[in-house]
Amino acid sequence: MTKRLFVKGNEAVAMGALEAGCRYYFGYPITPQSDIPEYIAREMPALGGEFIQAESEIASINMLLGASACGARAMTSSSSPGISLKQEGISYMAGSECPGLIVNICRSGPGLGGIDASQADYFQATKGGGHGGYHLIVLAPSSVQEMYDLTMLAFDLSDRYRVPAMILADAVIGQMKEALEPHPYVAPDDLQPKDWALIGPGERGVNKVVKSLYLGDGELEQHNLKLHRKYAEMQEKEVRYEGYELDDAELVVTAYGSTARIAHTAVRMARQQGYKVGLLRPITLFPFPKEAYKHHTAAGQKVLCVELNTGQMVDDVRLAVPCVEVEFYGRAPGAGSLPTPEELFAQIRLHCEVRS
Amino acid sequence: MNHDVFMAGFGGKGVLLIGNLLAYATILEGNNASYFPAYGVEKRGGAANCTVVMSDTTVGSPVVGEPEAAILMNPAAMTQFYPRVRRGGLALINSSLIEDDGSSRTDLTAIAIPANDMALEIGDSRLVNMVMLGAYIEYSKFVRPETVKEALKEVLPERNHRFLPFNYTALEAGAAYLRKALA
Amino acid sequence: MSIENVEAMKQVFSRPASLNAVQTHFCPGCQHGVIHRLVAQAMDAFDIQAQTIGVASVGCSVFLYGYFGIDVIEAPHGRAPAVATGAKRVHPQRPVFTYQGDGDLAAIGTSEIIHCANRGEPITVIFVNNTTYGMTGGQMAPTTLPSQKTSTSPYGRNTSKDGYPIRMTELLAGLEGTAYAARVAVDTPQHVLQAGKAIKKAFQTQLRDNGFGFVEVLSTCPTNWGMNPVDANARVAEEMIPYFPLGVFKDAAAQGE
Repeated sequence: MTKRLFVKGNEAVAMGALEAGCRYYFGYPITPQSDIPEYIAREMPALGGEFIQAESEIASINMLLGASACGARAMTSSSSPGISLKQEGISYMAGSECPGLIVNICRSGPGLGGIDASQADYFQATKGGGHGGYHLIVLAPSSVQEMYDLTMLAFDLSDRYRVPAMILADAVIGQMKEALEPHPYVAPDDLQPKDWALIGPGERGVNKVVKSLYLGDGELEQHNLKLHRKYAEMQEKEVRYEGYELDDAELVVTAYGSTARIAHTAVRMARQQGYKVGLLRPITLFPFPKEAYKHHTAAGQKVLCVELNTGQMVDDVRLAVPCVEVEFYGRAPGAGSLPTPEELFAQIRLHCEVRS
Repeated sequence: MNHDVFMAGFGGKGVLLIGNLLAYATILEGNNASYFPAYGVEKRGGAANCTVVMSDTTVGSPVVGEPEAAILMNPAAMTQFYPRVRRGGLALINSSLIEDDGSSRTDLTAIAIPANDMALEIGDSRLVNMVMLGAYIEYSKFVRPETVKEALKEVLPERNHRFLPFNYTALEAGAAYLRKALA
Repeated sequence: MSIENVEAMKQVFSRPASLNAVQTHFCPGCQHGVIHRLVAQAMDAFDIQAQTIGVASVGCSVFLYGYFGIDVIEAPHGRAPAVATGAKRVHPQRPVFTYQGDGDLAAIGTSEIIHCANRGEPITVIFVNNTTYGMTGGQMAPTTLPSQKTSTSPYGRNTSKDGYPIRMTELLAGLEGTAYAARVAVDTPQHVLQAGKAIKKAFQTQLRDNGFGFVEVLSTCPTNWGMNPVDANARVAEEMIPYFPLGVFKDAAAQGE
C-alpha cells in the first residue's frame, strides 16, 4: 500500500492533474481554490511545464483554449464568480471541440456572494453555462480521494470525446483534509492520438483549423448534431454513480458532492434507527444517471433530493423519474447554511413517517 | 467506531493546528479522519473553528451539528457552541479565559481546564492548544498520544524541532489534568 | 501573346507561397489583402509557413485560415493574444502570430494585448487599424477619429463623451515586455515597402530575439467610411497619419546593439 497522505481537496486536484500529465496551467487567484494554483506554481517548474497566472479569468480560459488546440493536456481552475467570467471561453472550447479541464470550487452567490460552500452553480455547470446549447462533462467528487481520481478521469473523458470537462466541487470538499492514497496514472488504451491538434501544417500541405464558426448553409446544424451525438454516447457509456444501502430502501436520498457526504451520515443514523433509507450519489452530473433513478425507484420508492441551493438537480431527478414522488430539501448557500447530518436525518424521518 | 470533535477559538492561536494534528495522527494509525476548517476572511485574529471526524470505517459528513466533543478556547466560542454539544458528550472549557464553568448543563461532561495558565507554567503561552488536545486524546482514547507526537514532529518544520519537548510536555500536562478531573 | 512568349518572360511578381490560391472576400479597396500579402511574404522570407500557427480574431480578419496555408486557431473576440500565449507555451519553437482589428485589440481585447506584451510573449501581433468596426457594419471603434461619423456616432465622435482614439503602438511601446513596436500604412508604394519591412522585423523579433513584436497597420474601410477606394486611400494620409504617426516606436534589439 502506498503511503496515505493527509491533504486538502484542492491539493488533491492539483496532484491528480500533474500525475495525469497536465503540464499547462492557466489561472487567476480566487478564494476558496487558490491552493490549486499555489500547489501547481510550486511543483510545475520541476516537471518542465508551464504555469501562468493570467491577468484575468477570461485570459486564462483562452490560454487554455490555445494550449488545448495545440494538443496539450491543460487546465484552469477558479470559483463561481471566476467561472462566470470564463463562460465565453468555455463556449468556444465546446464549439471548437477543445478538450481541457476546468475546476470549479464553488462559493456562494449570486454576485460576490460569500466564500462558503455552495451547489448553486449546478445549472450553470450542467446546462451549458455559456451561449450556444452545449454540454460539459461534469464530475462531482465528494472526497479528497475523488478529487484526485476524478481529476484524472476528467482529462481522459475530455480527451476521448473532445468535450471540455468540469470538476464541480465546493469549499467543503476543496478545503477539507483527509487521507489520500496517490496512485500512478495509467492512460486508457482507447485514447487516440490528437491528430487534429495544431503543430503547423508541416509537409502535409493542408492547414488545420480549430474553430467554432460555421457559416455555410447547414454546416452549423451538422456540427451541433455531431456534438449532441457525443453527448448521447456519453449518456450511454460514461454515467457513474454510487449507491449506499439502496437494496431495500423505501426512501432514496439523493445528493452529490459535499451534501452527499452529509447525507451519508444522515442515512447511517437513520439505518441505526431502523429506517429503510439509502443514498444515490451521482458522480457524473453530466451525463446524469437517469437510468439509476429509474432502477432504484422501480418498486415505488420515494426520492428525497438534498442540495445546498434552492433546487436545481432536483429538476433532473424529476425528469428522470416523472412518475415518482420526488421531495426536495435545500439550504440557500451562505455562511452558516451548510446543513448538518442531524438536520438531514430529521428530513428523512419526516418523509419516512409521512409514508408509513 | 466514530468520533467527532469540534474546536473553536481565535484564529492564529493554533486551533486549526491541533485539528490537523488529530486528524493526521488518526490517519497515521490506519484509520480515517476528516478535518474541516471554517474561519473568517481575516488571516489573523478572527474566529476560527474546525471539525475533526474520526472513524475506523468510513468518514461520512465532515461537519457535525451536535458534536460528541468540543474544545472551547474563549468566551465567544463558549457562548456560541457550548449549547450544541451532544447530550452525553464532552466539553473541554479553557477556564483561563472563560468564566462560565458550564454548570448550566448537566447532561454532559464539562471539564474546566486553565489551559493558558498551564501553558505559561510550561514556558510558552502558545502551548495552550496542546494542553487542550492532550486532554481530548486522553478522554477519547481513539488516537495514541505517541502518534500525535509523531505527527507533530512531521508537520513541524525542522528548524522548530527544538520546541518539540515543550509541546510534548503540554500534551502530557493536558492528559494528566483530565485524569485528575475525572478521578 | 503566344504561350511560348509567356514562358520566355521572367516572372517578377507572384503569389507568396504562404498564401492560398483563393479569391478574396474583402470589399473593393479594402487593404486587408495587401496586409495579408505582406504577412505571407514575411513568412516566406523566413521559410516558416510549415511551422506557423496563426490566431484569428473576430471581425473581417476571422477568415485568416482561408487565405494562409498555415494552422489556425479561431479566438473569441479580443482574446487572440491569450490564445496565442497558450499556443506558444505549448510550441515554443513554432512561430505564432495574431491578426487583429481595432475593435478586437483596442476595445474588447485591451487587457489581453497589454498583458501579453507585458509578459514579453514571443509572438507577433499584426494590428489592423481602420478606425471602425468593419464586419458589424461601421460602428465607432476605439480608434475612430475625433468628429468621425460612424453608425454609432452619427453626429461625429464627441471626445468629451466618447473619449479619444487610442494610440496602441505608443501605449505598448511603453511596456518593458515589448521588444518591437511600429506603426505603418499601406496607402503608397513606399509605405507598403516600409510596412513589409516592419512586419518582417516583428517576425524576426520573435524568431531571433524571442521577443514580443507588434505592428499597427493603418488601413482603409471604404464600405463603412462611405467612400470610394481612391478617396478612402487618400484619407489615410490626410486624416489618419496626422493622428497616428508612422514610425518605429520601440526596437529593443536595435537599442541593444
